[in-house]
Amino acid sequence: MREKVLEIRRLSVSFQRDGKITVPVRDASLTVYAGERVAVVGESGCGKSLTAMSVTRLPPTDRAELKGEILFCGENLLTASESRLLAVRGHGIAYVFQDSTASLNPVMRVYRQITETCGRMSKAERIALSEKLLEETGLPDPPRMARAYPCEMSGGQQQRVMLAVALAQRPKLLIADEPTTALDVTTQQRVLDLIDRLSAKYGMAVLLITHNLGLVAGRMERVYVMYGGGMAESGPVRDVLTAPGHPYTEGLLAAVPRLDAPREQALHDIPGTVPSPDAWPQGCVFSPRCERADDLCRTEVPCDKPLGDKRLCACHHPCPVEGGAPCC
Amino acid sequence: MLLTVNDLRVTYRVPGHKPVEAVKGVSFQLDAGQALGIVGESGCGKSSLAKAIIGLLAPASGEVLLDGHPQTGRHPRDIQMVFQDAAGSLNPRMTVRQTLEEVLRVHRMTSPGETEARIGELLDLVGLPGKVLGAYPREISGGQCQRVSFARCLALKPRILLADEPVSALDVSVQARILNLMRTLQRELNLGVLLISHDLAVVRTICDRVCVMHGGEFVETGKTDNVLETPEHPYTRTLLAAVPDVGRAFSGIRV
Repeated sequence: MREKVLEIRRLSVSFQRDGKITVPVRDASLTVYAGERVAVVGESGCGKSLTAMSVTRLPPTDRAELKGEILFCGENLLTASESRLLAVRGHGIAYVFQDSTASLNPVMRVYRQITETCGRMSKAERIALSEKLLEETGLPDPPRMARAYPCEMSGGQQQRVMLAVALAQRPKLLIADEPTTALDVTTQQRVLDLIDRLSAKYGMAVLLITHNLGLVAGRMERVYVMYGGGMAESGPVRDVLTAPGHPYTEGLLAAVPRLDAPREQALHDIPGTVPSPDAWPQGCVFSPRCERADDLCRTEVPCDKPLGDKRLCACHHPCPVEGGAPCC
Repeated sequence: MLLTVNDLRVTYRVPGHKPVEAVKGVSFQLDAGQALGIVGESGCGKSSLAKAIIGLLAPASGEVLLDGHPQTGRHPRDIQMVFQDAAGSLNPRMTVRQTLEEVLRVHRMTSPGETEARIGELLDLVGLPGKVLGAYPREISGGQCQRVSFARCLALKPRILLADEPVSALDVSVQARILNLMRTLQRELNLGVLLISHDLAVVRTICDRVCVMHGGEFVETGKTDNVLETPEHPYTRTLLAAVPDVGRAFSGIRV
């Protein structure tokens, strides 16, 4: 059994505003093993990013209340001291966010940003280390790039710099939150290939957050499909994508434009939109958009049911899966 | 022919630098009810081409013909454009109603008495509920903002819809809905659609023909199915390989 790097147990995040409490993440559980590549997939507003940020308590703690447990190598980060968290952020767990332009400091040369977490160092050491890290990310001309400002680079190059920043401390876990959504397909492929390669080289676990199931296919090992602040379905990527159990997974999958689909057919879309957390319906959060919903779905929240031995699915009426629990 | 583009060139001149040729002699034709896709990565000149067609940029040479008449230097009402950043292309201080009213008023498309009915028609066309009329762009979702942009274009009864990366900032499920909407509009209103994207899978869902653009030139042009099945140019193959495709990732396993 591989060691667990990250284990989120029944995480809930709630915000209080004007006396009203909203809970955008409810009872979300997730595990990442050492060196494993795991994806969290869902539409905007499903709580993916909030869950990812909660791992190192990044949401504003004066307004957000985090409940549950977040175990990083066995240590509960939700109860850890602020100074302990500072040691984990960037060192044990590093982030790459979607908007690289906003994540990088525009008035600081790249080499200083890459080595910011490295403590005392001479300028020459900083430049040398940055050049080495930038070379690993496959940027052309590392000596020049290390001395450049972020605005002198393209989006794909900036995202590579973000990766170099993240790699500076050899983290055990890299959390990449929509790292390629702003990039075009060829650059996207290169950046994701790079993350895969670095993950394999350093045994670094990766938690990739995305809305595109196409990116997950053939690249990640396990996937969590998130909806309405909780995990709708989880399991090995191949199993989940070839035989989705949850109707939400099915809907997401059918919405991706495919190269092998019949062209005359309109793309499937999931009717309606993700409700905002203060307007979540009773019962299953997905029930108003679901074709299979019945009275049970509208009254009772489904709990995680095993589908086969490696999969979980929170649905009252999952699609029948071979070897899975009998369908009700 | 509805739209003819002949040997269009766009050059950016910056004093003290060498001129940059962003579009190097591009030609194509588009007929009513057709959808043409232009694919390529960032910096290949797709958006410069779009801006030159619609008259936002003056081309260095070449011509844009609408029904055989030159359009160079004008902003033809018959061609309307939808941009990638939907929220950013709407005025944040105008409600949806004000946005649509403004277009109709400025272009004298309706008399004051007919405006309300026309706005209702436009909302129906793009599939928006009437309650969004009073909302500001920040109060509605990204997909709804993009629908408002479509409604604003359609207000002018264009014959060509030019969409520059209309879905790349949207979630997959919303993206599917906008692509379906574009297909419906193209069929129902017999529009010529010019779709610019970096994603071949997106282009494939609505376009009959596709032009692959690289370094300011079309490197491959043809029927979408032919180009995707037997790509001739190495760049087309690179683009195709980069598409994140669920089917392909598992194709070896299913068989």
